[in-house]
Amino acid sequence: GEPHPGPRAVNVDLQTDATLQVDISDALSERDKVKFTVHTKSTLPNFKQNEFSVVRQHEEFIWLHDSFVENEEYAGYIIPPAPPRPDFDASREKLQKLGEGEGSMTKEEFTKMKQELEAEYLAIFKKTVAMHEVFLCRVAAHPVLRKDLNFHVFLEYNQDLSVRGKNKKEKLEDFFKNVVKSADGVLVAGVKDVDDFFEHEKTFLLEYHNRVKDASAKSDRMIRSHKNAADDINRIASSLYTLGTQDSTDLCKFFLKVSELFEKTRKIESRVAADEDLKLADLLKYYLRESQAAKDLLYRRSRALVDYENANKALDKARAKNRDVLQAETSQQLCCHKFEKISESAKQELIDFKTRRVAAFRKNLVELAELELKHAKVT
Amino acid sequence: MATSSERSPPPFPDSEDQDVLDSEEVGGRESDEDDDGGGDDLLFVNPSNPPLTKMDTTLPPASQPSDVLMEPPSDLMNDPLIEPFSSLTENKPTSKIVSEPSDDFVDLTNNLADSPEDAAESVLADVAIDTTEIPLDEPSDDFVDIFGGETEAPREEVVIANVTVKAAAAADKSEVTSDVTDPPGDLKTGSDFEQEANETATDSIIDLSDDLLSSNAQKPPLASDQFVDPLVDFLSDAPPAADAKIPSRATVDLFEDEGNDLFTEPRQTKSAKQQQKSLFGEADEDLFGEPLGATTKKPVIKEPKGKPVPTKAARDVSNMGGPLQDGYTAEPADIFSEEAVTTVPSIKKTSAVNSKTNGVHSEEDTDIFAEATVELSLDSPQEERKKGVPAVPSASAPSVSAATSLAKPQSASLEELDDDEEEEEEEEEEQEDKFDISISVKDPEKIGDGMNAYMAYKVTTQTPLPMFRNKTFTVRRRFSDFLGLYEKLSEKHGPNGFIVPPPPEKSILGMTKVKVGKEDSSSADFVERRRAALERYLQRIVHHPSLLQDPDVREFLEREELPRAVGTQALSGAGFLKMINKATDAVSKMTIKMNESDVWFEEKLQEVESADQQFRKLHVLVESLVVHRKELSLNTASFAKSTAMLGSAEDNTALSRALSQLAEVEDKMEQLHQDQATNDTFNFAELIADYIRLLGSVRGSFDHRMKAWQRWQDAQAALQKKRETEAKLLWANKPDKLQLVKEEIAEWEVKVTQYERDFDRVTATVRKEVVRFDKEKARNFKREIINYLECLLQSQQQLIKYWEAFLPEAKAIA
Repeated sequence: GEPHPGPRAVNVDLQTDATLQVDISDALSERDKVKFTVHTKSTLPNFKQNEFSVVRQHEEFIWLHDSFVENEEYAGYIIPPAPPRPDFDASREKLQKLGEGEGSMTKEEFTKMKQELEAEYLAIFKKTVAMHEVFLCRVAAHPVLRKDLNFHVFLEYNQDLSVRGKNKKEKLEDFFKNVVKSADGVLVAGVKDVDDFFEHEKTFLLEYHNRVKDASAKSDRMIRSHKNAADDINRIASSLYTLGTQDSTDLCKFFLKVSELFEKTRKIESRVAADEDLKLADLLKYYLRESQAAKDLLYRRSRALVDYENANKALDKARAKNRDVLQAETSQQLCCHKFEKISESAKQELIDFKTRRVAAFRKNLVELAELELKHAKVT
Repeated sequence: MATSSERSPPPFPDSEDQDVLDSEEVGGRESDEDDDGGGDDLLFVNPSNPPLTKMDTTLPPASQPSDVLMEPPSDLMNDPLIEPFSSLTENKPTSKIVSEPSDDFVDLTNNLADSPEDAAESVLADVAIDTTEIPLDEPSDDFVDIFGGETEAPREEVVIANVTVKAAAAADKSEVTSDVTDPPGDLKTGSDFEQEANETATDSIIDLSDDLLSSNAQKPPLASDQFVDPLVDFLSDAPPAADAKIPSRATVDLFEDEGNDLFTEPRQTKSAKQQQKSLFGEADEDLFGEPLGATTKKPVIKEPKGKPVPTKAARDVSNMGGPLQDGYTAEPADIFSEEAVTTVPSIKKTSAVNSKTNGVHSEEDTDIFAEATVELSLDSPQEERKKGVPAVPSASAPSVSAATSLAKPQSASLEELDDDEEEEEEEEEEQEDKFDISISVKDPEKIGDGMNAYMAYKVTTQTPLPMFRNKTFTVRRRFSDFLGLYEKLSEKHGPNGFIVPPPPEKSILGMTKVKVGKEDSSSADFVERRRAALERYLQRIVHHPSLLQDPDVREFLEREELPRAVGTQALSGAGFLKMINKATDAVSKMTIKMNESDVWFEEKLQEVESADQQFRKLHVLVESLVVHRKELSLNTASFAKSTAMLGSAEDNTALSRALSQLAEVEDKMEQLHQDQATNDTFNFAELIADYIRLLGSVRGSFDHRMKAWQRWQDAQAALQKKRETEAKLLWANKPDKLQLVKEEIAEWEVKVTQYERDFDRVTATVRKEVVRFDKEKARNFKREIINYLECLLQSQQQLIKYWEAFLPEAKAIA
């Protein structure tokens, strides 16, 4: 219920650049999909207009993300993590259950529950929108990715991009790719890096990712139990209210007062939970995905390194046998180039990642602390 | 008074009853006369209090000189002085006599009024003065106080009194002078003087007002003097019968003739002690024979019935006043019953009120008062001993308030009576809290091994009550002992309609865990919960005025070894619930059968049932809150760990630091959540659980009422049948069998009346108990929930502290 500073819970600190500004100005929830209105303001010459809006769905965001991942050109960059799929199922289910149970509870209880669920639904909705927006903002702020053609199409093309969700076969392929990738990742990870910076980053990210994963899961659980507690308090408040309305003795008045107090406590507790969710859990979740993206980058670099080393070996072999030397040389050159390119951009990317992360954590933790204080002081 | 009556119970009731009767008679006449005055006098109830307290403060010094003059030492002085005041405050509502002393203090401060009433009052004032002055060498101080800053010597006061009643003043003056100046030996002359003075005083009063008034006016002084005896009695701790002699002798020595004057009245009103009469008979007749005769006779004529209920009420009222007073002024309660003579009018009124109410009501009232007396008087002797003389003044202040509260119901109309009762009860409860018994259940200890293991608890009682041998004592009791106590109590008191507080249920699961010896948090939690529940259970019992008196309770608290409780298995877990449910079913079934004539009960039953439902619901919710809070605490703990790890993994130093700080904050939060869960449990969930159990008991008491009703109805049906048989036999002309049937009818008739009375009694008790229960409930809930909310607030404040400390850390992330 708390009016947060808009849905723009930006978990990344982005340099605002007047040449290309993207936001989601509106979102519409339809049965099983959410339609985001992506609003762009740009002075870049490749856009026909300076300001325009298109309607996009989650799948189109995923498509954009995948196109980045698949683009070899971007191998040296941390691809901004794709936004999570909107998930209103739980909330919808609850709402439905509430509708079924309407007869079994008092009118007050029903209205209260409904309000709660609606608020919850709204919160999830806002969060979803925010996640999608962050993705676009990240891309728009990226010096290279912002120039991507697909991205421009995504922003400007006012028709359905006719991206379909992946079919079963593709999903299976993805799965195999992932298996291979992770197996390869383990293999590649074993290779000692020549560069101390990357060696350090590798170990750091590996651990960090695990930690952040853990922390994210724990924070989720913590917040869920906090919400549960808030719900309980809510129900206690209404129960006390019923007790208080039984007759008009002194005690009943007292119960009513206590009920009010509980109601207040409930509000505060659920706000605290919501804010923790927004400031802490979402932050952690975002960096879970971002660190995964950074890991992917490192994997790609390592892969390139291995490829480069293999190419070197192959070149040595070819030289020794004096056969296909040119071909080997070319491939070695290519691998070397690729590796160097990745290394170069990756270094900058990782440094940026750290800066972003620190800034984001700072911002969110400060906000979290401030919100906690604010709520606690309301009591 | 209870203590004294415990020690020597037989003599008192008689004399008290007598007194009451007499006093009622007197009061009957007086109240008739003073119908108009009664209301006015009421107004003085409050104003009179301050002067009273002032008087009290001056008492201690006064008491010392009294030693010289009189045998009964210091206490004598205190008592008489206080007595008049207190008695006056209590009795003000109706009678002039009673109200006088208090009134005249008021009046004196305000200026003496001119009406004949005031004249009488002033006489009384003088009387009061006399009592004080006799021992005092320099009484001026008290009077200064009394007269609101007028720094005048005793004589001057007398002069003030003279303004209204010259003769009386003169008498007093003479008295004062003689008493103050003359040594005990010379008292004779002084007393002679007094006699004369008194006579003149009465005459003058007669002149001013009418005979009755004067005689009435005369009485109070006597009564106040009369306090000497009872005091002496009680101080010496001798049995009442013996007391009668001792004081009388003392008075003889001291006052000779005057003593006669003084004691005639008391004796008459006491209507006991022939010895006294023989001793002082002559004097009495001379001086007061006439007025007394008038007073005693008249009332008798007026109230020949001597209804048992009203008199009882009256007695209880007076007793109540007594013990209350006792608590602070160190006076025996009996004085009050004797005092009833002076307080007659007021008592009369209350008794009238009581008699006006229906049977149930009056009984209720009396019971309540009786209880009050019992409780309070129990405290008093202890107080008395502790505080002694110097403590009197300070203690007397509360007594005044108590007295005023007592005065209220007396004057209150029937409707108001209930309200006042409540007030009274509240005050009573407050006092309970202050002085009463406190019980703690501590140190749960597992005894034995395996499935035969059991938990034993240390039950420590701290109490000033004299019914216990020590002030502090500790016994070891096992859980089944607690259940056994409940069984005994509910067996004994349940059928009478008492709400016996139930113990916590047996929990096979919880106990098994403990037995198996798992030292995990849940079993520790279980033990602690049970310990606290047992403590509350015992506290509820000892705070119940009737249950505290039960020998089994005392035995439970005091006796080293308790015979092993058997048959408590019936109460185990589900069995207990089943029992409650059964009771509920039975109640609901019976309600259908019984056409409830009492709307109150009907409503109450519904109320109890819906409250029960609500509480159950609430309990489930609170329990789930506890579960979730514990979960939250656990999850916060693991999150804190994760954050700490994340912090250690973080390679930015400032962020790493901030994260570990955050981890610390979360760690503290975990503790907060944990504490909060405990708070939820003990301050809230357990409270509700208690009340779910208690509501079961309330329903049980309703059930018992139904049973009593059923029995009565059955008896009636049986009687009806017998009568039919009788008719048949008459018809058939079988005289031999007829005789038998007639005997049976007589038998059943007795039974029917008996059962009806039983039912009425149970109904009254249940009513009273439910009222008490509701009161307790409200008090309990308010206290506990406020407590709970305070805890909540505290934890929020803690939280603020933690986050405030964290904020700069977060800002320091570069």
